[in-house]
Amino acid sequence: MQETGSPPLSRRDALIVAAAGATVPAAATAQGGGQERADGPAPARARVSLEVNGRRRELEVDTRTTLLDALREHLHLTGSKKGCDHGQCGACTVMVGGRRIYSCLTLAVMHEGDAVTTIEGLGQPGNLHPMQAAFVKHDGYQCGYCTPGQICSATAVLEEIRAGIPSHATADLTAAPQVTAEEIRERMSGNICRCGAYSNIVDAMAEVAGTSVAGRPA
Amino acid sequence: MRPFTYERAATPAAAAAAAAREPGARFIAGGTNLLDLMKLQIETPTHLIDVNGLGLDRVEATAEGGLRIGALVRNTDLASDERVRRDYGVLSRALSAGASGQIRNKATTAGNLLQRTRCPYFYDTNTACNKRRPGSGCAAIGGVTRQLAVIGASEACIATHPSDMAVALRALDAVVETVKADGAARDIPMAAFHRLPGETPHVETALERGEFITAVTLPPPVGGRQFYRKVRDRASYAFALVSVAAVVQRDGTGRVALGGVAHRPWRVEAAEAELPRGARPAMAAILDGARPTHENAFKLALAERALASVLAEARG
Repeated sequence: MQETGSPPLSRRDALIVAAAGATVPAAATAQGGGQERADGPAPARARVSLEVNGRRRELEVDTRTTLLDALREHLHLTGSKKGCDHGQCGACTVMVGGRRIYSCLTLAVMHEGDAVTTIEGLGQPGNLHPMQAAFVKHDGYQCGYCTPGQICSATAVLEEIRAGIPSHATADLTAAPQVTAEEIRERMSGNICRCGAYSNIVDAMAEVAGTSVAGRPA
Repeated sequence: MRPFTYERAATPAAAAAAAAREPGARFIAGGTNLLDLMKLQIETPTHLIDVNGLGLDRVEATAEGGLRIGALVRNTDLASDERVRRDYGVLSRALSAGASGQIRNKATTAGNLLQRTRCPYFYDTNTACNKRRPGSGCAAIGGVTRQLAVIGASEACIATHPSDMAVALRALDAVVETVKADGAARDIPMAAFHRLPGETPHVETALERGEFITAVTLPPPVGGRQFYRKVRDRASYAFALVSVAAVVQRDGTGRVALGGVAHRPWRVEAAEAELPRGARPAMAAILDGARPTHENAFKLALAERALASVLAEARG
């Protein structure tokens, strides 16, 4: 499949164009066509091939396109959310090569050939991933906006603990880390939930890990 | 984000040469800091050189008995390395104390060293900042300074270096290996890598134009009990108000570097002779000459108490 659509003009670009007093139509400036801004080069495009949720996708994108925008705007996988767009909230969390990252803080063109797993690839209605089912069971959300990122992150966190990756909450650096409430809280600190579903998220994760956390039977 | 052209570098030397050729070029590895700054148009590179394909992602033993950490080793992988956890605990601890899991999975060793300050005035493009726009002034001086430097600052800049990892590397006497645009390699000790702001706060490191970091080497293990004590406004995913990287030997001697207090990891080797006498005399010597503001003077007491807690744990 080939995608050649350009992302729509962003608000920031529109403001910049307006501030510069440009008289050309904003869309023409933002989408290139050989025009050069006074303060830098024209937009550049590049081809990139990703394997998203097991399926090969060929894209041609503006080099500025983040992985998040490629997923949402080009591939229409809108499960990954844009919260802050600055790596502070975690709503955009996806897995690349099995590791969780912020898709807003990486460029699509930096992921040639990479395997990307989004919430859509983790499970589907009627075929939920165990972490998705546990979030439903434990009410691990309220508005749901941060949930795709929380679930991708939570799934990867349990893998990280299994792989023996230490965290700030790990008491003994030379011992294997355990699934505890402290470990879960520390490792999930890169995902914010403004509805405050945190304690239920901890319960959901503990259930999937097959453990109970202090004072809370799974 | 401003438009930029993009290339993937084939070798470290080619990356260095390409960066030297193009005035607006930047290397991109993890991108977790650079892309954030590009979105805010604080960084406006016209060309990105993607170095992720260069390898440089291994931690290897050196002939001297230390470790050579490739520039592109991700923070998670370095913190998890068995040898680092066993012999350089302060480094593993510092890495785990920094950022979030998602960031650590992407951020690299070299990129962590080169991350920019989180001074709020550097981030606010409506204010003067000598780091962001040389010669424009420093809006932080006389502004909200709670998080900013208490020592080694200048009339031009009172920003701090945000890295945790770099503080541990400074305590461990790590060495930064680079290749220059002409292909020549050189070693830069951590002590000389980050600069104080002086009159040119936009020049943050000893790197020359195009110079590319290939690795960071650790000397043979120094033993002792190793600590990274980070004090911050939240329990996790926040920058340090003060951090203490310490290696404490059985006889009470040791080494200490501080984060969150200066434009570079702060270590005063001569002051470490005071360590066996306790946190108060040691920190007084380490922070001799500090010039805090009324808003960040608490960092002096906080640093002393953080060190006292480390020394107590080392004894216990």
